[in-house]
Amino acid sequence: MSAVATRTLLAVRDLHVYLGQSHVLQGVTFDVPEGGVVALLGRNGVGKTTTLRAILGLVDRRGSIRLEGSELTGMSTHRIVRRSVGYVPEDRDVFTGLTVAENLRLAERDDAPRYDLVYELFPELRERGTQRAGTLSGGQQQMVAIARALLNDNRLLLVDEPTKGLAPALVAEVARVLERLAELTTVLLVEQNLGVVRRIAQEVIVLDQGRVVHAGDAKEFLDEPDLVKRMLSVGRA
Amino acid sequence: MSTFVLLTITGFGLGAMYFLIASGLSLIYGLMGVLNFAHGAFITVGSYGTWWTSEHVFDGVHSNLWRWLLSALLGLVCGGVFAALVELILIRPLYTRHIEQVLVTVGLQLAFVALVRGIWGPDPKTFVVPRWLHETTDVGGALIPNDRWVEIATAAVVLVLLQLFLRRTRYGLIIRAGVENRAMVQALGIDVRKAFTLVFAIGGVAAAVAGVLSGVYFNVVGPEQGTSLLIFAFIVVVIGGLGSIGGSAVAALVVALTQQYTNYYASSGIGDMVVVLLLGVVLLVRPRGFAGAVVGARA
Repeated sequence: MSAVATRTLLAVRDLHVYLGQSHVLQGVTFDVPEGGVVALLGRNGVGKTTTLRAILGLVDRRGSIRLEGSELTGMSTHRIVRRSVGYVPEDRDVFTGLTVAENLRLAERDDAPRYDLVYELFPELRERGTQRAGTLSGGQQQMVAIARALLNDNRLLLVDEPTKGLAPALVAEVARVLERLAELTTVLLVEQNLGVVRRIAQEVIVLDQGRVVHAGDAKEFLDEPDLVKRMLSVGRA
Repeated sequence: MSTFVLLTITGFGLGAMYFLIASGLSLIYGLMGVLNFAHGAFITVGSYGTWWTSEHVFDGVHSNLWRWLLSALLGLVCGGVFAALVELILIRPLYTRHIEQVLVTVGLQLAFVALVRGIWGPDPKTFVVPRWLHETTDVGGALIPNDRWVEIATAAVVLVLLQLFLRRTRYGLIIRAGVENRAMVQALGIDVRKAFTLVFAIGGVAAAVAGVLSGVYFNVVGPEQGTSLLIFAFIVVVIGGLGSIGGSAVAALVVALTQQYTNYYASSGIGDMVVVLLLGVVLLVRPRGFAGAVVGARA
């Protein structure tokens, strides 16, 4: 981890998750410091998404997950989220049968949801308020998914592959929004696009076969091509 | 022509009851993934609650209309409370355990029928209802029993109220979203269990309405009446599309009219078989029912 002395916001210790017969997370341990962006990296299927879902309580898990010292593992998902944890899921998971405005209204948690910020970053969503989310393009659905998290004042934001399947122009747009998000809250980001990681992340955690195999400064990690290739390339070194 | 009119309006009346039962079943399955075989018990609670309060609580009310309406109101309250208690006590501990849910709800349905028979006996019971309901109205030469109008109007009102609730209220929004993706609703910080209880209570009230109206439609209520209506309500839910109120309304009319026409024009009793055939065709051609695409990813 970075040598910079910052307060730990999220502490994950010895996290285990079984999905059916598969032991997906095998004692994952890491810290997320307050402020900035920590990128969770790894090949496909190593447990990145499962880690985020375990933090949120969307899968059964064992171990310890502490947010500002409070244990989360005994809590249900909605209680964890109400401790100011936001979530932008992989594949967006917008409610396709609801309108854009209804998707946003459903996400309102705070007394004063930040529609001004949402519409400043995504003015298109204001125009498309009455449109069913299922008829939006992938990029527009991603805007809705991020906007739902932006509406509330989160202490921690879990963002899962926000650029997946997007055109290059949209990837840059999403990266710009993530930079803005990072100014407002701490972000734990799962991302395959290393260009985006380089642009916005301060620290990286690398998973392999359900375990943390590397944690440290993002720039230092990305500046070592051999290390990156060994840990993230499809072919095993 | 008058026979066709009679069959059609009577079919609408029967469809109204199917819809009232199916709407709750559909929402419960759509939101929670629970196949509630105990829904017939909610119908019985409504019908017997109405009959019992009419006989023992409101027996001093001179106007039959008020006696029936007040009894029915208590019957509906009983249906809603009973359904909410079933969700809280029996279903909630078994979420995601679908086999156990089926066993519990089937067991409750069987036990409830036996309980009703044990307490009030196997003989059917008659309501005291306003005389007007037993009279007929001439429509193009067809003498339509007046209770059919009440059944159709009640189902229409319930349909409108349900749609308003689902489209205009926050809980309606939660239920519509939960039908699509329950896990994501929770991930937005919403306690979806409250919506579960509410949906069960709404389903219980709608089923109790059907119980009250079935007592008027068949002139009696009996311990097994809920079970026999439930079978066709399940068919309506599958044909209409799980989780869709509008789909249930259309499917209820299709099923009821099909039964009426085939029972009369083909052979008595064949209507039930044709409805099962219709179910098979819909499952082959459009497996998600008329209103498909409503039930999406569910955790």
